[in-house]
Amino acid sequence: MSVTADDVRRIARLARLAEPEDRIDTLVGELNGILNWIEQLNEVDVEGVQAMTTPVAFPLPMREDEITDGGIRDQVLANAPKSDEGFFVVPKSVE
Amino acid sequence: MSDLLKLSLDDVSAKLKGKEVSATELAQEAFAACQTAQPALNAFTAFDEEKTMAMAKAADERLARGEGGLLEGVPLAIKDLFAVKGVDTAASSNILKGFKPTYESTVTSKLWDAGAVFVAKTSMDEFAMGSSNETANTGPVVNPWKAEGSNESLTPGGSSGGSASAVAADLCFGATGTDTGGSIRQPASFTGTVGVKGTYGRTSRWGVVAFASSLDHPGPFAKTVKDSALLLQAMSGHDPKDSTSLPNDVPDFAAAVGQSVKGLKIGVPKEYRVDGMPAEIDEVWRQGIDWLKAAGCEIVDISLPHTKYALPAYYIVAPAEASSNLARYDGMRYGNRVDGKDLNDTYEQTRGAGFGHEVQRRIMIGTYVLSAGYYDAYYLRAQKVRTRILQDFHEAFDTVDAILTPSAPSAAFGLGTKSDDPISMYLNDVFTVTANLAGVPAMSVPAGLDKAGLPLGLQVITRALDEETMFKVGAALEDSAGFGAKAEKWW
Repeated sequence: MSVTADDVRRIARLARLAEPEDRIDTLVGELNGILNWIEQLNEVDVEGVQAMTTPVAFPLPMREDEITDGGIRDQVLANAPKSDEGFFVVPKSVE
Repeated sequence: MSDLLKLSLDDVSAKLKGKEVSATELAQEAFAACQTAQPALNAFTAFDEEKTMAMAKAADERLARGEGGLLEGVPLAIKDLFAVKGVDTAASSNILKGFKPTYESTVTSKLWDAGAVFVAKTSMDEFAMGSSNETANTGPVVNPWKAEGSNESLTPGGSSGGSASAVAADLCFGATGTDTGGSIRQPASFTGTVGVKGTYGRTSRWGVVAFASSLDHPGPFAKTVKDSALLLQAMSGHDPKDSTSLPNDVPDFAAAVGQSVKGLKIGVPKEYRVDGMPAEIDEVWRQGIDWLKAAGCEIVDISLPHTKYALPAYYIVAPAEASSNLARYDGMRYGNRVDGKDLNDTYEQTRGAGFGHEVQRRIMIGTYVLSAGYYDAYYLRAQKVRTRILQDFHEAFDTVDAILTPSAPSAAFGLGTKSDDPISMYLNDVFTVTANLAGVPAMSVPAGLDKAGLPLGLQVITRALDEETMFKVGAALEDSAGFGAKAEKWW
């Protein structure tokens, strides 16, 4: 499988990455290089093989459903690009 | 600089406990050495002298009361992927530039609980994506090693290049790294240091900036195998904050160092050879086999038939997980924001400006292989191939106790010589990536020098949860190699 310039624009959009037009051709070449190289996985017989989930099987840990953290509003906001009066400030998302 | 910094962690610990040297003196020396080396090696991203000296003073107080922990008073450097409270933690990326965590990663908490002293944050490939430390937003790190008769700047490897350079140049007594495809073991091989990753889940990922969650392994860089065992021991242990953290007790890893390897069966996989690999790597591997034979091991030829598929599988699984993990960098709650004309444009501009090219490339690959219609063909197939790779190891470990391979397909290469071709850069991890996919413990031990006088490492891989055998074999190799070589100081 290979990707076109339009595919790359669509992938960039899905990934929320602004890719300038003059990068698109380079990305088409690089992504196709990598995707073609990955194609060799089709040689492997995976009939009846389970997808790997974990290298060391152990039961999923359970814990009590109780509040163990919180009340740290200022810490949560400490690295915000913009905040005001205890809130994150974000661009308008509903017209 | 006195010779104190040249000591091993184990030796300097004895001096600290014997009050021959104070933690404060040691921290001052390490801090000054890091500062002096910074213009030449560019290994560090942040310092906090006040924190360093306060931690050293607290260590001295505990030592005075005879309460010292396993690493009491020992200065360590920390890869920029680990959250250290109040110290810039940016994963060497512009998108996180200026980020100061209000919390501490579990691994660094454990190191501080053991008495270690923070000395600096170390540079890395952006978001740990790279094998040469050239994608860091603060520029490439330089390897303290140079080829004989050459002044060319070499890569320390990556992604944990800053940590590798710092330990190799005797600027600290150990450092943390993370290994997702080889990011500890390949730089360890390139810098003549010991680099270890334990079993997946041995060390907590909480508070470590995520790259590929099912492959990320925090681990140490050290000067000796024993030091690496002490560090891994301090870093390991169950963490309720990481659901993949292993509940198992942590054995006394350092006790395994020096134990006899007599009678152990060592597997030598025929697939660990690649086209164009320098003959010296084959020679050092042969040498390692002879050393272990002489130490009483039985050498067994084995096959790990799916080895060649490990890297392509990795380049589906890792970017897929990275594209999900890095979705959080949207410029809203933390990190840097670039304002656009609307919300979507703000996201796109923020991420387009904040991530470097290699990171963007991997996010795009990950987004593509997870997108509608491609999931089964790529991601699901890669996870099945991963099962095949794990099965290869299971079958091998039915007959052998450990596997011996080279750590990397070359010695350190010149900065800028591989950065144009992503796949040739990816091939650096060809021998290391299998252990990430299978989650089994693996370490790189310095074994010799090539013709140009550059270090080469050998890799030891063992069964899941059997780090002790890995340390035993690693120490036997270290003993036989007698690798005392150091980069000649020019920084």
